[in-house]
Amino acid sequence: MSKANEVIAPNVAAHHEDHDHHSHIPKGITRWLFTTNHKDIGTLYLWFAFIMFLIGGAMAMVIRAELFQPGLQIVEPNFFNQMTTVHGLIMVFGAVMPAFTGLANWLIPMMIGAPDMALPRMNNWSFWILPGAFLILLSSLFLEGGGPAFGWTFYAPLSTTYSGDSTALFVFSVHIMGISSIMGAINVIVTIFNMRAPGMTWMKMPLFVWTWLITAFLLIAVMPVLAGAVTMVLTDKFFGTSFFDAAGGGDPVMFQHIFWFFGHPEVYIMILPAFGIISQIVPTFSRKKLFGYASMVYATGSIALLSFVVWAHHMFTTGMPVYMEMFFMFATMLISVPTGVKVFNWVATMWRGSLTFEMPMMFAIAFIVLFTIGGLSGLMLAIVPVDFQYHDTYFVVAHFHYVLVTGAIFSIMAAVYYWLPKWTGKMYHTGLAKWHFWCSLVSVNVLFFPMHFVGLAGMPRRIPDYALQFADFNKWISLGGFAFGLSQLIFLALLIKACKKQGEPVSSQVWEGAEGLEWEIPSPAPYHTFETPPVVK
Amino acid sequence: MKRITSHVAKGLFGLPFLLTSPLLLAEVASGEGSSINLRRGATDISGQVYDLHMLMFFICIAIAVAVFGVMFASMYLHRKSRGAKPAHFHENVKVEIAWTVVPFIILIVMAIPAAKTLIAMEDTSEPDLTVVVTGSQWKWHYRYMDRDVEFYSLMATQREQIENKFEKGANYLLEVDRPLVIPTGQKVRFLITSDDVIHSWWVPDFAVKKDANPGFINESWAKVNDPGIYRGQCAELCGKDHGFMPVVVIAKEPAEFEAWMSAQEEAARLAKEEEQRLLSMNMSMDELMHEGKRVYNATCAACHMPNGEGLPGVFPALKGSQMVLEDQAAHIDIVLNGKTGTAMQAFGKMLSLKDIAAVVTYERNAWGNNTGDMVQAKDVNAVVNGN
Repeated sequence: MSKANEVIAPNVAAHHEDHDHHSHIPKGITRWLFTTNHKDIGTLYLWFAFIMFLIGGAMAMVIRAELFQPGLQIVEPNFFNQMTTVHGLIMVFGAVMPAFTGLANWLIPMMIGAPDMALPRMNNWSFWILPGAFLILLSSLFLEGGGPAFGWTFYAPLSTTYSGDSTALFVFSVHIMGISSIMGAINVIVTIFNMRAPGMTWMKMPLFVWTWLITAFLLIAVMPVLAGAVTMVLTDKFFGTSFFDAAGGGDPVMFQHIFWFFGHPEVYIMILPAFGIISQIVPTFSRKKLFGYASMVYATGSIALLSFVVWAHHMFTTGMPVYMEMFFMFATMLISVPTGVKVFNWVATMWRGSLTFEMPMMFAIAFIVLFTIGGLSGLMLAIVPVDFQYHDTYFVVAHFHYVLVTGAIFSIMAAVYYWLPKWTGKMYHTGLAKWHFWCSLVSVNVLFFPMHFVGLAGMPRRIPDYALQFADFNKWISLGGFAFGLSQLIFLALLIKACKKQGEPVSSQVWEGAEGLEWEIPSPAPYHTFETPPVVK
Repeated sequence: MKRITSHVAKGLFGLPFLLTSPLLLAEVASGEGSSINLRRGATDISGQVYDLHMLMFFICIAIAVAVFGVMFASMYLHRKSRGAKPAHFHENVKVEIAWTVVPFIILIVMAIPAAKTLIAMEDTSEPDLTVVVTGSQWKWHYRYMDRDVEFYSLMATQREQIENKFEKGANYLLEVDRPLVIPTGQKVRFLITSDDVIHSWWVPDFAVKKDANPGFINESWAKVNDPGIYRGQCAELCGKDHGFMPVVVIAKEPAEFEAWMSAQEEAARLAKEEEQRLLSMNMSMDELMHEGKRVYNATCAACHMPNGEGLPGVFPALKGSQMVLEDQAAHIDIVLNGKTGTAMQAFGKMLSLKDIAAVVTYERNAWGNNTGDMVQAKDVNAVVNGN
């Protein structure tokens, strides 16, 4: 390896003789604006996601500050509702999804032995429309009357007849996010189908590639449904249609069916790539092959298929015939079988391995435990009679934050720690990493665990003020929230250090137990890799 | 990094259980009004729901202990720093089948009691009494079928308590001016709907949570065993004051309930007579303004704000509004009939003619509007009758 390895990956030309004619990397802002390089685009996606994570997190801080004690202290209820709404939208569409797309960009070509994504120009476009989308959404907060205040689920008619004019901006920004996601998904599918190295058969693909392939199909299936939902909201509000207005022959509950037909697969869009990441990390640090590779693939496929027939479990209180409630209850419970298989496989992978606990593994283990807690509360939520009690309370808030924060986001952090040395060629700052992990782990549980209790005790979600019996727990929840928010600044410091090329140089394999094509190329990964496809045995 | 191995393992697994243990402990001493768990509630159904919840909870705890226990053991026993050498196995069809089938059986164990309870909950047939519950931003309306009684139920917590100017009362945000009253020991059916956006009528002690959908009617029911006061809240985000829309239900013994009902019917009859009498009377400006301010703050101030300035871009200002300053008939009309396609409701069925006269007068003279206009009940009645 050459001296150039000490520089962050995208800034460096790999000095392989046969690559020299490709090694001129553009400089300055145009490099990033016009880039078609999967690594550059991956980096852009990841930084964008992190910035959005901080902005969405800042909104969560506003929410927790207002809920620190009973009474209205800091914000008006209308602004509070805008915060909960935009926090949700930003975290889902701005943080989690772009972060996974960034990881897909960086890793899928390197994992399957492809030189780049199949459609590099579309790749550039699918990223660069995103900042515009979020600029539109965020700017709506500064309009007279404020931004969207109807929850990220934008139920009609609150989002139609009773919403402000900024709804139009909300609709257009969601359209752009949807277009971006669909383009990203097409790129992933085309790349995986066409650009696998010779010998990289379907059942040899790393699980991260498998889970992303399935995720991409989910995206293509449901993002148009979301686009349809927001378009109907737009025309109901501004052009006199009555899709969701009973007075004109429509039905407000139909909105929820359409939304959740998108929304439930969306949940798996945000968790299947996480399963993939954990399935890469656990074997590495167990120094043992993944247990039950084939069953992992089939389980992922089953979860994806089942995700299309469970959407109404978000809607048990809307008033459904009892046989429909039964169907959606049983279908939902069924999902816990393939999900359980995944958790069991991870544990079996660790069993009789040779375990070490570097930072990616720490996050992966935290993921397995905390995601499972979220999964178990999800199983409780599937039971219709008790869901009537849990629904729209903080119990649900606790549930989906366990699966999304300690699930999806912890997996993204695990992935960053795992592959960062490959990207930069340097080991991350282990001291900061430990601080980041332990502060996050403790605070995130102080933040979300007591939400189970206040939810069961009867505190509804999305309220700016609450009855006195919830005061003690809310204080703790808020303190946990502030601590979790601050902990992410440690992560920021670590990432800045990493991008400044600080740290110990690493080998191409980086981790003792790491296997796969991405660990066979030098660290940092050269700007262009696998221009001649490797042969997989 | 390797040194921290075992501490890591302990910390990681200790935490969730540490946090769970108060729940378990409190469960032992569980009773009414738990602040960390569901309540048994006041109906047979809510008791069944509670039992189901606890069954689910313990099954989940058992699964968690088993899975995390194995993982914890592995983290301790098979760590590299202890000299563990990796085994080579990576599949086992029998094991895979086992951990597919066993969870499936556990699910069936859960599904059977769940289905039974669900069927019982959804059986709304043969009620003894039916109440129509209508949500609107941000209050509930109750109407007793076959009885001549209906009323709105608004949150009674003072604005000053919310703004931290007064000390908060024991039932802060969970108190209303007129609670729903139902008899104990009778099957009361609730027909739930909405006038505007989707709300959700929730009384935890009855295990009843049902969405109020505009244009559609949902059904639910409760048979309350013990007299008492049961409090709940709106559970579906319904706009700005979603957090300020409590539900209070008082369950009375049937005889007491009948007495209450007769008194309400009598009061409703008297109010109608009073309304007729007022049509031929004029109130003074002071009386109108005093009464108007009360009605305004209770009914209008949530959106148009106590200072009449509204919320720019969301709710229009009344202060300096052209309609308020000039067009009196239009002003009365919009209060009576609302404005379709906006959050402005029709208050004609909620307020008396006198109240509307007073509030319109108040709006035309408060906050420097100073039109000097006085509106009397008969003026409102004229608009009602289309003159």
